[in-house]
Amino acid sequence: MNSITKTNHEPGQVQTVLELAVNNHAGVMSHIVGLFSRRAYNVEGILCMPVGNGKTSRIWLTVNEDARLEQMIRQIEKLEDVLDVHRHGAGHEVFERVGEFFR
Amino acid sequence: MNKDTTETLTGSQVVVRLLERQGIRRIPGIPGGAILPFYDALSQSKLIEHVLTRHEQGAGFMAQGAARATGEVAVCLATSGPGATNLLTAIADAKLDSIPMVAITGQVPTSMIGTDAFQEVDTYGLTIPITKHNFLVGSARELLEVIPKAFRLAASGRPGPVLVDIPKDVQNERIEVSEWPEPGRRDPVPEADADSIERAAAMINEAQRPILYLGGGVVHSGAAAQSVELAEKASLPTVMTLMALGAMPVDHALSLGMLGMHGARCTNLALEECDLLIAVGARFDDRATGKVSAFCPNAKIIHIDIDRSELDKIKTAHVGIRGDVKQVLGKLLPQVKSNLRQDWLSRVGDLKASCPLQMPGIDDPRTPYGLIRAVADCLDDSAIIATDVGQHQMWVAQAYPLRRPHQWLTSGGLGTMGFGLPAAIGAAMAQPERTVVCFSGDGSILMNIQELATAAEEGVNVKVVLMNNASLGLVFQQQTMFYGQRIFSSKFKGVPDFLKIAEGFGWQTLDLDTASEPKAALAAALSVRGPTFIHASIDRHEQVLPMVAPGAANKDMIGG
Ligand SMILES: Cc1ncc(C[n+]2csc(CCOP(=O)(O)OP(=O)(O)O)c2C)c(N)n1
Ligand SMILES: [Mg+2]
Repeated sequence: MNSITKTNHEPGQVQTVLELAVNNHAGVMSHIVGLFSRRAYNVEGILCMPVGNGKTSRIWLTVNEDARLEQMIRQIEKLEDVLDVHRHGAGHEVFERVGEFFR
Repeated sequence: MNKDTTETLTGSQVVVRLLERQGIRRIPGIPGGAILPFYDALSQSKLIEHVLTRHEQGAGFMAQGAARATGEVAVCLATSGPGATNLLTAIADAKLDSIPMVAITGQVPTSMIGTDAFQEVDTYGLTIPITKHNFLVGSARELLEVIPKAFRLAASGRPGPVLVDIPKDVQNERIEVSEWPEPGRRDPVPEADADSIERAAAMINEAQRPILYLGGGVVHSGAAAQSVELAEKASLPTVMTLMALGAMPVDHALSLGMLGMHGARCTNLALEECDLLIAVGARFDDRATGKVSAFCPNAKIIHIDIDRSELDKIKTAHVGIRGDVKQVLGKLLPQVKSNLRQDWLSRVGDLKASCPLQMPGIDDPRTPYGLIRAVADCLDDSAIIATDVGQHQMWVAQAYPLRRPHQWLTSGGLGTMGFGLPAAIGAAMAQPERTVVCFSGDGSILMNIQELATAAEEGVNVKVVLMNNASLGLVFQQQTMFYGQRIFSSKFKGVPDFLKIAEGFGWQTLDLDTASEPKAALAAALSVRGPTFIHASIDRHEQVLPMVAPGAANKDMIGG
């Protein structure tokens, strides 16, 4: 299941946006992206900002949907510093809006 | 928090006190510059004994041996840089086998991190993928939270290794401590879904040909007795993974022993016929399942595991139950009907009779199976059996009559040569009343041979049984079977005199090759306390059979 798959940039590739609430400290990002990179699962987009008093952060990830996504979410949920994972559909406005800076 | 009088303590003293409060009484490790403040504090402890190992990997596996034998969290220590990198293999091994362990490493002072300072390595980064969780500690005060949390995480849910990296300045930092946190303990287990348990019970009650499939989680959660009870009540033939051996006594009428790559024919064939597979604390490892699509092709699956990410990872379960297996089995039991299942048990009985595990030479102590049986005949179930990795490991897994959970210490997931000796030493120190036997190979023993010194120093009751085939036997076997007999780099041209080596380290020795009465000699050697090195030559052409080729279906067994 965790076989190495090439990133698929084909049109029609379905994307998913994941919204994570995490503890805000050095290392959280490595724990999360490490789960993807060691499975050769590309993270297409990342946004991260502290929220509230800065004790926690919110991370937004866009990833291509494939058969491993459910397993990825369960792995993320197991991380000690991840408080919550929420799955959105493609084209979430947070990436649409940030997209302006990439034009 | 407990109120005490205020004390001014260094970070190191804080850690020592927290470890004492945690109930830790022994820590293997090796000192070095970046962890010397901690060693200085440890030297003042009246409760904790330090075991000076000869390699940090030895320290990691000694901690594992203690944790595997007792089920409790164990601790190991290393300095920064090479000390930490030497620990990595033992940490990764603990991760794959879900062993609760806390590794504490020294780190260069905070101000020097990131400068390529002497003996600086990114221990935190290196251990992310091989720990359950890890910490790089920023201040002495943080230790009051981090240390108990490390123990709680290591022991809770699916157990695993946790690493705490402590910079030298944090070890030296003085803080005032007036209250101590509660020791970190296993979290209460989550309530499992009652509906799923009810559906699972109904499936078991309706099944015609069910099989119970036990994994290491059964041992970790202390659910061996419940597993046997369930099997007996519902007449479930039972298979075990390498990690679960001992959960059901191998000579129990319902036991089919180990499944998978080196399982008996009858075991893999019974799985082929089952209509319901009840997986308990098992993770469908490829060594157990063979080609997954052909594993239990006609079966519905009930999968019980504390780790939700194991459910549906390899095989989609018809009923997946996330929960502590002991608790779930406890709730499942009253809902499962007593059932004699005569047809299925008689079919399994036929399979057992027609294709049992073949153990040629079982009565001759100069053969692999016969040697293992002769050792077993000298011991009772209180003995602990450790192994290294290779043919000898698989022969022992097949032939040793394991009957007790926590009796069996073997590196399953990572399959690490060099595991056996230090794990055996760690177990022997944790449970000094037991005899600990380590079956090893001439390849594996050399990978942590230096720990013979630690064992002699500590006078542990460890008996190494070296099965010497002058080769990396399992590699030799695979090249023979699957690579056109092109034997390459698996035969040793020079073989050391292991008995002289052991003697040099201060061990008692026995050469079975020259013993005129090998059984009597074994019995004598195993009954004397203290470290003893027993040497036996094995023909390098002996094979572990049956064998499923890597990637093949379990029904396609070779030999046996
Ligand atoms: C650290 C490590 N390196 C390499 C391997 C691959 N390997 C698996 S079994 C084996 C041979 C083991 O030889 P020995 O300890 O003599 O046991 P035998 O198979 O001969 O009984 C090797 C090299 C391994 N499992 N672990
Ligand atoms: Mg060998």
